[in-house]
Amino acid sequence: MTATPVVRAVNLVKIYQSGRGLPVPAVRGVDLTVEPGEFVAIMGPSGSGKSTLIHLLGGLDTRTSGEIWLDGQRADTLSESGWAVLRREKVGFVFQFFNLVANMTVADNVELPALLAGASPRHARERREYLLGALGLTDRAAAAPAQLSGGEQQRVALARALANQPRLLLADEPTGNLDSRNTRDVLRLLGEVHRQGQTIVLVTHDARVAGLADRVVCLLDGQIVDDGAIVKRRRRPGGTAGDVVELHGR
Amino acid sequence: MRQLLLALLAKEPAHGYELKQALESIFGSAYPSPNIGQIYVTLGRLEKDGYVRSVDVEQANRPNKKVYYITAAGRESLENWVEEPTEGPRVRDEFFMKLVLAPMTGLSDRMALINRQRRHYLSLMRDLNELAEAADPDNRVALLLIEGAMLHLQADLDWLERCQEELP
Ligand SMILES: Nc1ncnc2c1ncn2[C@@H]1O[C@H](COP(=O)(O)OP(=O)(O)O)[C@@H](O)[C@H]1O
Ligand SMILES: [Mg+2]
Repeated sequence: MTATPVVRAVNLVKIYQSGRGLPVPAVRGVDLTVEPGEFVAIMGPSGSGKSTLIHLLGGLDTRTSGEIWLDGQRADTLSESGWAVLRREKVGFVFQFFNLVANMTVADNVELPALLAGASPRHARERREYLLGALGLTDRAAAAPAQLSGGEQQRVALARALANQPRLLLADEPTGNLDSRNTRDVLRLLGEVHRQGQTIVLVTHDARVAGLADRVVCLLDGQIVDDGAIVKRRRRPGGTAGDVVELHGR
Repeated sequence: MRQLLLALLAKEPAHGYELKQALESIFGSAYPSPNIGQIYVTLGRLEKDGYVRSVDVEQANRPNKKVYYITAAGRESLENWVEEPTEGPRVRDEFFMKLVLAPMTGLSDRMALINRQRRHYLSLMRDLNELAEAADPDNRVALLLIEGAMLHLQADLDWLERCQEELP
């Protein structure tokens, strides 16, 4: 494989230093390479550094040391405005707490990134209609974010992040606020864009989301303790799909 | 399998192949399609225990077929099965036994065991995702069975994380 990795983090470290308190080492020497088209799920207990890591990768927080490369470009040395440009061109980000633009409609929130990136209004609108449709939000297009439930805002944030078909989708707990039906829509959309080649790195506790990924990276105390493929189980000869349920059911 | 067949026979008498078809149409892809031989073996045992009886029905141009029906003893056994509470979650979890005992013997360390188990659960989840996608969207029974398996897996993963946090 000679393709340029979409993400390459080398010995990444983040130590929070708040006021006069003790420094908190949140990410401690992470090496991570993500190839084009890969879907990586980051898991681990609360406080293990998952959000910090994904924020570093998206340039939303500055590293203490180490290197970050996005799509072959050195990113950790960029200025804030340099990061903003890189993000606009290459990264879709779904925050744990949405960050929608409050005084814009849902439709405009989703179209904005594509328009900023130079897409034609017609193309931006079609993409928005497709994404909102896939997430069951078509009839909320004219609403303001404040009129939406947490779960709806979270889905709008996902639609916005995918509007540009970004080189990299980063997401922090994208189903954290969803009930099981809405989670199903998100799962279907993630699976679909991944099949179309979308590279995805997301933090999740939801096993259904992680079950879509090709690879799981597990953090503990700011370090990677496991990194490996999620392989399809080989089924028993003559077995049916239903074996999974039987074997696991009790 | 015993109780499933008894329940179907409590609804109406049937022969082996009809029972197989009934199980398939109720549970859809979420439940392994039962092997016809296994159904006949189970029916034979139920008959020996006095829970079902069979009659030979003649068929034109074909060998006789056996039609099974439930007996009073069978109905009573079925009623007991329905009424008694179903076993809850496992207290003696086999993985947990490994997790506690293996490091003592130097056979494996906990981190490796937990990581392997997590990957195993996630690949099961991967299969369940595919199964859910392939399932007939109108078969609620099948979808609920799959969802139940997913929720169990989620609990297993959450518990694994607790083990990782708490055990040295
Ligand atoms: N802005 C911050 N200032 C100080 N400490 C922080 C900050 N953000 C996170 N932390 C600490 O860093 C560690 C990792 O946090 P986080 O990355 O949010 O973990 P996770 O997302 O896995 O729950 C935690 O101990 C947390 O308290
Ligand atoms: Mg977090």
